[in-house]
Amino acid sequence: MVTEAGSGHPGGSLSSADIVTALFFHTMKHRPEDPKWPDRDRFILSKGHCAPVLYSALARSGYFPVDDLNNLRKIDCHLQGHPDMHKTRGVEISSGSLGQGLSVSVGMALSMRLDKLPGQIFTLMGDGESQEGEVWEAAMAAAHYKTGNLTAIVDANGLQIDGFTRDVMNVEPLAAKYEAFGWTVKSIDGHDMQQIVDALDWSRTVEGPASIIARTVKGKGVSFMENQAGWHGRAPSAGEAERALAELQR
Amino acid sequence: MATELKPRATREAYGEALLELGKLHENVVALDADLAGSTKSGQFGKAFPERFFNVGVAEANMMGMAAGFAISGKISYASTFAVFATGRAFDQVRQSIAQPRLPVRVCASHGGLTVGEDGCTHQSVEDIGLMRLLPNMRVVVPADFNQTYAAVLESYDIEGPMYIRTGRPKTPFLYEEPPKSLGKGADVLREGSDISLFACGIMVVRALEAAEELKKRDISAEVVNVSILKPIDVDTVAASLSKTGCAVTAEEHSIIGGLGDAVQEVAAECCPVRIGRLGIKDVFGKSGTPDQLLEEFHLTTEHLAGLAGQVLSSR
Repeated sequence: MVTEAGSGHPGGSLSSADIVTALFFHTMKHRPEDPKWPDRDRFILSKGHCAPVLYSALARSGYFPVDDLNNLRKIDCHLQGHPDMHKTRGVEISSGSLGQGLSVSVGMALSMRLDKLPGQIFTLMGDGESQEGEVWEAAMAAAHYKTGNLTAIVDANGLQIDGFTRDVMNVEPLAAKYEAFGWTVKSIDGHDMQQIVDALDWSRTVEGPASIIARTVKGKGVSFMENQAGWHGRAPSAGEAERALAELQR
Repeated sequence: MATELKPRATREAYGEALLELGKLHENVVALDADLAGSTKSGQFGKAFPERFFNVGVAEANMMGMAAGFAISGKISYASTFAVFATGRAFDQVRQSIAQPRLPVRVCASHGGLTVGEDGCTHQSVEDIGLMRLLPNMRVVVPADFNQTYAAVLESYDIEGPMYIRTGRPKTPFLYEEPPKSLGKGADVLREGSDISLFACGIMVVRALEAAEELKKRDISAEVVNVSILKPIDVDTVAASLSKTGCAVTAEEHSIIGGLGDAVQEVAAECCPVRIGRLGIKDVFGKSGTPDQLLEEFHLTTEHLAGLAGQVLSSR
């Protein structure tokens, strides 16, 4: 998909692929035939550059044809470089400018509480994204308003555009930060499917906001992409894509 | 002019209209960032505590939350000072509100220099320009208490995002009672044939006074209250320009990006005529009383009439 587009963000899409798969095909109650079903759970991709993983999950769920994925970022395609709620069926909110998804999620969570809707909001963020101050404004608000219907998942792959997160601007300890802000936190291996689904199910039972710190590998599953910052925002060539897909299918 | 009514601040009209909206519609929510007493959103908060969210000093988060409510079927009213609503939280307004075309009303009080003694950090001279630049954003600057009340009530039914600018000081009444609607947002308050005076906000009353002043010099000035700066009422503005052949704009805002530019854009495309712009001349504000500041920055009836005279004599 990203190869066809000639640009895009494979690294972070792969690190969060297991989490997004668990959400769309196990945890979340949603109806691809009725995307606005009021009782649905909501998925918010705060790290909007990982649109490819969201689009894949939406297509495989049946929100739009899988073939559309080959037209990612093309002029006439609904699949924008970053998610657009008015263009793509199933996208809850436009995103892409980092740090805003959690604020939007807090507003949604409170609105759903006013309306007595049963859904849970699952917001996927990056560890690099957590350098944005707004994330912590939102974290403070979520705890203040005790938004029990909100789960924040941090795809902690340890890398960002300019290098290792610990070198660029250390955001750790993330779990302790969320705890200090009043959240209930669980740290997991973000590629262990059992741990992922258990944590997601657990988060529904938490009274206030729940945070899942998922330790992941950027570029997961593709040997030459794993843990390489260079693959944050670069499209693989046709040959590289072939090798990558072969490795992922193993 | 409805001079028998005692002047009241437009922000007070925001507070009263918001409260009324709360009574009328269950899906109205309001947010504030620790300025609920100043922006007057606190009245709504008192009446509807379950629908009011004071998020603390965190404007970016407030705009994001307002978007989250709006996505979920609410009409969100998010208030703070104009300088923070547009400058500090610009990216949130852009990405989470304007681009997704959400029904969030960014209700900015304390617009312009008349914030007064707090000085330039709190005086927004560029907010209208910033909001006018955003696709999908409707930009509203009411001229008095009653027009503000009408604008806020009417905002409930308008699609997409909106920026409403109110002010801190008491402002004379122009409308006897709240109009039913702002209409297309360009209201000819006084007809004239020699020059058009386009004004918004607190400058409208000064434009009317300037027209009186000009009349003494046998100059017939038309006064247009432009309350919707975007989308601007091209027909009314162009018709006035064609009739008079020259104009002055007056605003409590930078001469860049605000009403002056909006009117000049119409003129350039529809009816190129000489236009003088009265506004803040690309500088920041400073401390002082509102009246002292308006005098120092030339936002007065005298300067408006003077500029009109200059424009007329250099035609």
